[in-house]
Amino acid sequence: MGLFDNLKSALKKTKDVLRTDVRDLLRSGEILDEAKLEEFYRGLITTDMGVAAATEVVETLRKEFGGRTVVPDKIWEVVRTQLKTILLGESGTGWDRANPIGPLNIAATGPTVILVSGVNGVGKTTSIAKLARLLHGSGRKVLLAAGDTFRAAAVEQLTMWSKRIGCDIVTKPPKSDPASVAFEGCDQAVARGADFAIIDTAGRLQTQQNLMSELQKIHRVIAKRIEGAPHESLLVLDATTGQNGLSQASKFSEAAGCTGIILTKLDGTAKGGVVIAIRQKMGIPVKYIGVGEQLDDLQVFSADDFVNALFDDV
Amino acid sequence: MFESITRNLGDALGSIARGRLTESNIRDGMGKVRQALLEADVNYDVAKAFTQRVTEQAVGEKVLKALRPAEQIVGIVYQELVSLMGPVDHSLAIRRGELSVIMMCGLQGAGKTTTCGKLARMLKEQGNKPMLVAADLQRPAAIEQLRVIGEQIGVPVYWEEAARSNPVQVCVNARKEARAHDCNVLILDTAGRLHVDDALMKELMEVDNKLMPDQALLVCDAMTGQDAVNSAKVFNDALELDGVILTKLDGDTRGGAALSVKAVTGVPIKFIGVGEQLDRLEKFHPDRMAQRILGQGDVATLLETA
Ligand SMILES: Nc1nc2c(ncn2[C@@H]2O[C@H](COP(=O)(O)OP(=O)(O)OP(=O)(O)O)[C@@H](O)[C@H]2O)c(=O)[nH]1
Ligand SMILES: Nc1nc2c(ncn2[C@@H]2O[C@H](COP(=O)(O)OP(=O)(O)OP(=O)(O)O)[C@@H](O)[C@H]2O)c(=O)[nH]1
Ligand SMILES: [Mg+2]
Ligand SMILES: [Mg+2]
Repeated sequence: MGLFDNLKSALKKTKDVLRTDVRDLLRSGEILDEAKLEEFYRGLITTDMGVAAATEVVETLRKEFGGRTVVPDKIWEVVRTQLKTILLGESGTGWDRANPIGPLNIAATGPTVILVSGVNGVGKTTSIAKLARLLHGSGRKVLLAAGDTFRAAAVEQLTMWSKRIGCDIVTKPPKSDPASVAFEGCDQAVARGADFAIIDTAGRLQTQQNLMSELQKIHRVIAKRIEGAPHESLLVLDATTGQNGLSQASKFSEAAGCTGIILTKLDGTAKGGVVIAIRQKMGIPVKYIGVGEQLDDLQVFSADDFVNALFDDV
Repeated sequence: MFESITRNLGDALGSIARGRLTESNIRDGMGKVRQALLEADVNYDVAKAFTQRVTEQAVGEKVLKALRPAEQIVGIVYQELVSLMGPVDHSLAIRRGELSVIMMCGLQGAGKTTTCGKLARMLKEQGNKPMLVAADLQRPAAIEQLRVIGEQIGVPVYWEEAARSNPVQVCVNARKEARAHDCNVLILDTAGRLHVDDALMKELMEVDNKLMPDQALLVCDAMTGQDAVNSAKVFNDALELDGVILTKLDGDTRGGAALSVKAVTGVPIKFIGVGEQLDRLEKFHPDRMAQRILGQGDVATLLETA
């Protein structure tokens, strides 16, 4: 018995637990009855898309296919289309993988300012590093602003990333006013002719009034310094997040006018389905996904891949 | 958002309260209870099993013949939640005069490092001599973060140069150091890892095997949705957890993860994190958590008006 047999069996057990491949449910020729619809509902709920969205999908299936013989491909087509339509919004078009900068709103002239916010520990700082790497790697001049002056060693963390990437960074001592760091970041971006300024902020829960006002102030200060900024206000959302993601999206949007979402930690077993509910209720699109802790683990969001992965076995 | 849950439960129990209490309207009401649980992020299977059990109790003759049946049903839902999330166990099994080891583990960003600081602070106040160990050599500035926290609470931090060490070595050396300094509690801050990351789970088990922690604690973000059970289960199978600490409960999450994790692992929830500051650690209370999942004051109100 090796030391790690324990782990192997542990992982195997999870794989069993996670065998929620909804596709297994629907075998050709069977009747789509209430029991099957309920199993389907279970699969949808498991992705964290929420009761409302899951009910809507099941309703559609019941209406179109209920009591009839299952033709799996047809059913999948309907479900996939429905979810993709929600995720892509009115335009119906997604981002082009070949153009990783495509999802970003770019300033007509001067630096493009990207403000990044979200609740504690979701992956803001790491995502900023990944985004900076992406932009830096494509020849853009990037400047980071270490706007988390609160959390222990948050500035050091972003500084270490900036060194690895080889991009500029603006920092101030711990407990400095984060709005002043953001202002300085914009200032320096203009002065140094940067193409992008990415501003980190401290993690905060959306119910903390004072901290949400602080975020609002950061947003305001940026807008004052550079016209039209921030051109992009990205909300970072952890894929393991449940229905609280809705409250996060709505309150952060109020304070910082979110223009897009970075959905992190999709390399785990969580599906991140709450972004479906968020897109449905608030219209905020997912622009990037995080799939690991390293600099290259950032991808342009693809509704196609995302919807397929929702139903993937793990 | 909460209104819908309150409304749901209200509707559910209202429909039970109105008219005659029949098995079918109890089942109907319980369907709505289940929906409320799902909206609070309770895992689907856990919510289903829960409502089935409660339904069985509720359709029992005793309830049907009770004077105020609806009230009884609300009571059953609430009591079942409380008893599922209990019993309370706030012990950390610290031994005086000997070195106790507490190991923290969990997914990335759950709040491990912060919670290490909170526990150290609490233990120090209770007269112990804790030492923090920076066993996360992975995340940029993780060591620096723990050192700042240690300084804030006046607790020594053992660390080694990340490039020249590894987590097992740091922990083993820290144990010697703790003995030399007369510390009686060693708190290991490990790197965040995914439960499906084979290599990192192995590393964690190696630390577990070498250090034989008295307490292996899982730190779990209270905002976690349906996936909470998956990670908790793997960490528990790999380490035999002694407890769970739920973090970030200072927000507006319903915290259904609490019920899910407890139901699936059977591991007691010991403490909750209710803020970023290092004094924001509280003992876990199942009754308060049950009320939260069902909608704070709502249960009390329903209990009164049912
Ligand atoms: N597996 C995985 N881990 C990630 C991903 N993105 C970030 N992380 C990890 O999540 C943890 C938290 O990341 P941070 O970037 O510090 O998160 P943050 O939102 O800046 O945290 P605060 O500033 O404390 O609120 C770190 O351990 C990261 O390595 C991802 O896509 N996948
Ligand atoms: N609001 C709130 N924030 C918390 C709580 N516990 C931790 N945090 C915050 O959550 C974020 C992540 O906390 P860390 O302690 O760095 O988490 P970690 O698990 O050590 O993260 P990694 O080491 O990167 O895996 C930080 O911003 C903390 O301040 C809590 O109870 N409430
Ligand atoms: Mg950060
Ligand atoms: Mg940590």
